[in-house]
Amino acid sequence: MPGEILRVKNLNVVLDGEEIIKDLTFEVKERETLIILGPNGAGKTTLLRTLMGLNPYSGEITWTTKNISYLPPQELFQRKELPPLSIGEFFGFKKVSSEKVLNIFSAVGLDPSLLKRRFGAVSTGQFQRMLIAWALVDKPKVLLFDEPASGIDIGGQETIYSLLHQFWQDWNLTILLVTHDLNIVWEHATNVLCLNKKNLCYGPPREVMTPKTLEEIYGTGIKFYEHRHN
Amino acid sequence: MEFILALIIGLFLGGAAGYLGTLMLSQRMALVAGPLGHLTLPGIALALIFNFDVSLGAFPFVILGIFLIWLFEMNTKLPMEALTAVVFSAGVAITFLFLPEEKAVPALIGDISQINLPATLISVILSLFVFFVTKKIYPQMILAGISEDLAKAQRINLKRYHFIYLLCIALTVSLGVRIVGGLMTAALVAIPACAARNVSVNLIRYSYGGLLFGSLSCISGMVVFRFTGLPIGPLIVIASTCFFLISLFFKK
Repeated sequence: MPGEILRVKNLNVVLDGEEIIKDLTFEVKERETLIILGPNGAGKTTLLRTLMGLNPYSGEITWTTKNISYLPPQELFQRKELPPLSIGEFFGFKKVSSEKVLNIFSAVGLDPSLLKRRFGAVSTGQFQRMLIAWALVDKPKVLLFDEPASGIDIGGQETIYSLLHQFWQDWNLTILLVTHDLNIVWEHATNVLCLNKKNLCYGPPREVMTPKTLEEIYGTGIKFYEHRHN
Repeated sequence: MEFILALIIGLFLGGAAGYLGTLMLSQRMALVAGPLGHLTLPGIALALIFNFDVSLGAFPFVILGIFLIWLFEMNTKLPMEALTAVVFSAGVAITFLFLPEEKAVPALIGDISQINLPATLISVILSLFVFFVTKKIYPQMILAGISEDLAKAQRINLKRYHFIYLLCIALTVSLGVRIVGGLMTAALVAIPACAARNVSVNLIRYSYGGLLFGSLSCISGMVVFRFTGLPIGPLIVIASTCFFLISLFFKK
């Protein structure tokens, strides 16, 4: 029976006088993949940042591990106006052995020759895989990932999610993902948290992702087709 | 003897300023050294009037300037560059109310005639301090430049690092006004960093390239000064600009 890894109780976040998250309570167990859904401005990114201690809050956030890795949305990374930093030097900031870096590169399917390339001078898909490698190189127990597939084409998105799924299976990783993509929920989520400033649904997707809930989150006109594969 | 001491200062301070400049350029703060240099002018004026070390006069005014910019930034929604413009303009205006005309030129474009052994020793020690401290904070500051959240998630105390970084800038500017004057301190940090960026493919070459170009610029400018007697500050800046122009031919 997996133990609890995160407990959030009566969480409230107010930024610049605006209430962003209201009275949120949920918990995450080890080896769970929690997908956080919600429209723009629902507080998804704020929630992840708050869980990392990057926002002031009231309420309780209790982690049972300190071994947590966090990846902000790709748009928040400065890629253009950077000094001539190589990807290898970027990994040097983590102070891990080059053997570990090569292993993680192999695990995410990146060629080691990329380590000599300039940070930012790679495709969006390679960049996102490189970020996953950065986040996982020191073997965290939990990965918080904000919009893993933003800016990536459909084929690339599938690769990213499959990669995360593989790490979840092989490394007993607990994953908290923020996404706008409803399609990945059925395939990858063990639990889903629907957020629009407050908790609108929380639980296994098949139980809580009803048309009524989706309408409550996104407004009218949202329909969801579940594809079952054998 | 004064010239040898000036060369020693140029070697160490030019290198430290160039190295720090590479970090400032990556934080898009290379031009901040200019207004901060202007802020030193009231301190330089006092030092020239009361005959004490110009760097000693400059330092408290840079610190005061940084504090005022920080204070205004906390209490207004105005961007840092706008507030820097407000503070440095006021600094320049105050200077020219009190600075005697004959003292204005050395304050603005540098003067090495007053250099002595204690001033050289202090400059070398502080330049080494700036270099080693900058080296220590370099990875964390670069990471913060890529993504502040990523850096904070690595438990990097950015406020502390920013404070140390600003202190290094203040020290470099205060030391730099001695050789290039209050008008051209930005050149000490910005131009070597730009030249280094042109010829670098990775961070290590870039940062040490800045150090090398900074030292070479100061020494070259001083050597030309020795033979021509032209003002030293502009000569250092022109030497630095020449290295930048040469670097364009080796652009990576």
